[in-house]
Amino acid sequence: MSKKIATREAYGEALLQLGRENLDVVALDADLAKSTKTYDFGQNFPERFFDMGVAEQNMIGTAAGLAAAGKIPFCSSFAIFASGRAFEQVRNSVAYTSVNVKIGASHAGITVGEDGGSHASVEDIAIMRVLPNMTVFVPADAVETAGAVRAAAAINGPVYIRLGRSAVPVLHGEDFQFEPGKAVVLREGLDVTIIATGIMVVAALEAVDQLEAKGIRAGVLDIHTIKPIDVDAIVNAARKTGAVVTAEEHSIIGGLGGAVAEALVEHCPVPLKRVGIPDQFGESGTPAELLEKFGLTPGHIVAAVEEVITRKA
Amino acid sequence: MGEIEELQKKAKEIRKHIIKMLGEAGSGHPGGSLSAADIVTTLYFHELRLDPSRPDWPDRDRFVLSKGHAAPVLYAALAERGFFPVEELMTLRKLGSRLQGHPDMRKLPGVEMSTGSLGQGLAAANGMALAGRLDQRDYRVYVMLGDGELDEGMVWEAAMAAAHYQLDHVVAFVDHNGFQIDGPITEVMSPEPVADKWRAFGWHVININGHDFKQILDALAEAKTVKGKPTMIVAETIKGKGVSFMENQVNWHGVAPKPDEVQRALAELG
Ligand SMILES: Cc1ncc(C[n+]2csc(CCOP(=O)(O)OP(=O)(O)O)c2C)c(N)n1
Ligand SMILES: [Mg+2]
Repeated sequence: MSKKIATREAYGEALLQLGRENLDVVALDADLAKSTKTYDFGQNFPERFFDMGVAEQNMIGTAAGLAAAGKIPFCSSFAIFASGRAFEQVRNSVAYTSVNVKIGASHAGITVGEDGGSHASVEDIAIMRVLPNMTVFVPADAVETAGAVRAAAAINGPVYIRLGRSAVPVLHGEDFQFEPGKAVVLREGLDVTIIATGIMVVAALEAVDQLEAKGIRAGVLDIHTIKPIDVDAIVNAARKTGAVVTAEEHSIIGGLGGAVAEALVEHCPVPLKRVGIPDQFGESGTPAELLEKFGLTPGHIVAAVEEVITRKA
Repeated sequence: MGEIEELQKKAKEIRKHIIKMLGEAGSGHPGGSLSAADIVTTLYFHELRLDPSRPDWPDRDRFVLSKGHAAPVLYAALAERGFFPVEELMTLRKLGSRLQGHPDMRKLPGVEMSTGSLGQGLAAANGMALAGRLDQRDYRVYVMLGDGELDEGMVWEAAMAAAHYQLDHVVAFVDHNGFQIDGPITEVMSPEPVADKWRAFGWHVININGHDFKQILDALAEAKTVKGKPTMIVAETIKGKGVSFMENQVNWHGVAPKPDEVQRALAELG
């Protein structure tokens, strides 16, 4: 886990590779190609790359038309603009029509850092997962990102891929198989399960080590597919360990924590604690400072675990 | 019969379908369906390269009804053109119907893009045009916008993009009937001067009377000669055209005729 790569970097590489293999793949960007990493695709396949300027709604709408005519468009911008500014275009032109549009949304969450709260999407998972027909991937590392891009191209329908700005450790080996909709059991636990997504998966693994020192045996479930969510894996883990902590770089409302709560309440109610961004917007700072301030460190997961297990029957 | 007489006759049939379907449905949008009827008729019975038996033929021309609330005019034209049985028009807006309140590409063959949320159709048309160019297919893409719809910012994003990418196989119409829901466009939110705006955005602009078939045909022919630019045909139209008591009446934007009104309208249309 020593190497660090931002998931947006891995996205750019995977998209380039996909572009080599599949001539129907096209890429659109909204004046952020160097940040979202679609730039290399554009350099290699200029005729299949469309910069739409600072016009995210039009980017999404144009992609819908490209898809309706048989192309596989990957649209990229910052998560806040791809999901927020263009929400109703994603809703009506992409999800309602179920066209084959992929959205690579980078700079998600508070680790966008110094740009601050206007740019830190704390709500995109919630507003994308509520859309019928939409698949939502939140890869934890570069390997999952490459898998998510491939899986997205193979799915015939809309897919949202949430990507981060900052470099994060590479968790998986090259032999990792990305299976859409399947949670990955990273640690088996007995006392509690930490269900994490995106950059919080690494934090969850660190929390496990700290908890072990305290005699608490925590499992880790890595949810790279928020929708369709792996209800079976969540329920099995809850049955086995009797308590759950969720961890995500997103509002505690409506994201992974919300999705897990929905699954647990219907199928296996156990004590649950959600670690995530409290009901508030982000702000400027370094990613590390912000993770600390907003309660998204391994230490915060440990505290949540210690609290939740006191509520076990 | 000459082509123009044929088109006039067809447009009359389409207007009668619009009235009957809306009467049966009990809700929907007559005004903007009737104002667009002559142009939509010309597209489906003169201009578009289509094969109703193969609605997904890759080389077909596309038509996107960006002002999706005028669905009745699109459905009537598709049915008359043979995409589905004319009797099905009477299912408009009913539970289980393929004729949704606004066009749904996943339900009805011949509908190229689901619309209804105003402002989104031109972008989709541009995407289809870009795909056609990549695939080296020679199909053309037509799109119809409302004049009230021009209030939407996204229309202008798409206008800019079509000119930037030199989509000379995109032909758009503005159904310039002068009304939106809350009143005359010049009082609610004026998009004027419409033609100058499109010209400034880099489009080839043609002004016509949208109820004069000769002018519609000539404009479509002219659009085919334009290179390097998309074409905008600004069509002066009358909202509710063809039914005297609906013409230029803002209240007939989104209200269906009652049975006696249906009879009066059909009698007028002949
Ligand atoms: C995004 C959006 N906002 C509001 C509406 C509701 N709406 C339906 S028709 C209409 C007015 C449209 O006026 P215009 O484009 O001039 O249509 P026409 O006169 O041709 O019927 C409005 C506001 C909508 N369908 N979509
Ligand atoms: Mg109007």
